[in-house]
Amino acid sequence: MSTVYEQLGGEAAINAAVDIFYRKVLADHYVNRFFEGVDMEKQAAKQKGFLTMVTGGPNNYTGKDMREGHKHLVKMGLNDAHFDHILCHLRSTLAELGVAQDLIDTVISVAESTRDDVLDR
Amino acid sequence: MPTIHFEGNDFFCAEDESILECMTRHGVMIPSSCQSGACQTCMIRAIEGTPTPESQQGLKDTMKAQNYFLACVCKPTEDMTIGLSVISPRQTVKLLSRDVLNESVIRLRLEEPEDFSYKAGQFINLVRPYDELTRSYSLASIPGDGFLELQVKRVADGQMSNWLFDGLTVGEEIQFFGPAGDCFYIPGAAEQPLLLVGTGTGLAPLYGILRHVLAEGHTGPVHLFHASLAAAGLYLEEELRRLAEQHEQLRYIPCVLHGDVPEGGQQGHIADLPASMLGSLSGYRAFLCGDPPIVNALRQKCFMGGVAMQDIHADPFVFSPTQEN
Repeated sequence: MSTVYEQLGGEAAINAAVDIFYRKVLADHYVNRFFEGVDMEKQAAKQKGFLTMVTGGPNNYTGKDMREGHKHLVKMGLNDAHFDHILCHLRSTLAELGVAQDLIDTVISVAESTRDDVLDR
Repeated sequence: MPTIHFEGNDFFCAEDESILECMTRHGVMIPSSCQSGACQTCMIRAIEGTPTPESQQGLKDTMKAQNYFLACVCKPTEDMTIGLSVISPRQTVKLLSRDVLNESVIRLRLEEPEDFSYKAGQFINLVRPYDELTRSYSLASIPGDGFLELQVKRVADGQMSNWLFDGLTVGEEIQFFGPAGDCFYIPGAAEQPLLLVGTGTGLAPLYGILRHVLAEGHTGPVHLFHASLAAAGLYLEEELRRLAEQHEQLRYIPCVLHGDVPEGGQQGHIADLPASMLGSLSGYRAFLCGDPPIVNALRQKCFMGGVAMQDIHADPFVFSPTQEN
């Protein structure tokens, strides 16, 4: 069975998704303070890695990467509510791109599986 | 079996092995993360040889044009020389002329060395011969001008700028190395609307990019915003107005934060002006140059206004404070 990544259209589609997703995140005042002062291009590349992973594309991300990469944000107060916002933006990004509901659910469940690593517990 | 040359050593790349795997196997650690062509941590430059198409997928056009590629997904088919950057030879050139553009900005024209190759919008590092003091300045000229042009602002207590204003004489030699920088125009998509925004001497690279754009016959609308605190800080106004008269696709918008607004200009915070004047910026290609806080604000405003991340090219200037007390 092909992955959501392939069904979306691979790397080019993920590029488009990153722009939509990142705009939603930056526009959300509940979470955008975690993105202040970061290099936007590097951040976009990280988000591309994240979207590639949650859609089942080629990646080598591990739970340890997610944990290490967010530790400084946990110190800043990152919690479940912020994580929920991100999932919500991910869901609406995929919906905007016309991804079928069952595939969105699959992606969200993969993203959900990183919650404890991201929140370092 | 292709050979990879890196910093004076040769490494043999096995069949079906990526450059990253090859280097790692030989004990050369290149920073990497996702190992699947997504995160761009392992981006490196091909100095000789051609990167495979897969290894440049997803990179910005300006990075591709400089032969950057992702080591983790590049399975080379030919010998390659790779490096973190290109080491450019130091050039020695004479100052040809110095003109005053406004009360705090001068235009310097330097000899262009033979075989010197650059893209309009890139910068060079000037070196003061007697003490090796080094500062970066954007090129305002375009290839074919026959000289290299810099636009230099006098920085209070700035060691290099004050010397360029008062010390260096016409005919005297100065050194530089470069070029570098990835804020430049790549011909193509001639109908795409372009947004050029610069503060202060951020106009220098934009002036080069603008002339390159016009020389390439770009047909889409080109909006040039040049911003300063007040009208006295603007320069090249006449020249830019003349260019706008000659090219109907070009619109020149001088912007000030305070005081009298020049004809056809705008007053306000430059980070807000492009989106408030133009509305949606979806589909634009943007070039943003000047003070880092403003460039970073513009980068975010452009992105939120609809410009794709791949289409935002920025050159935040860093002003070096004096070292001595």
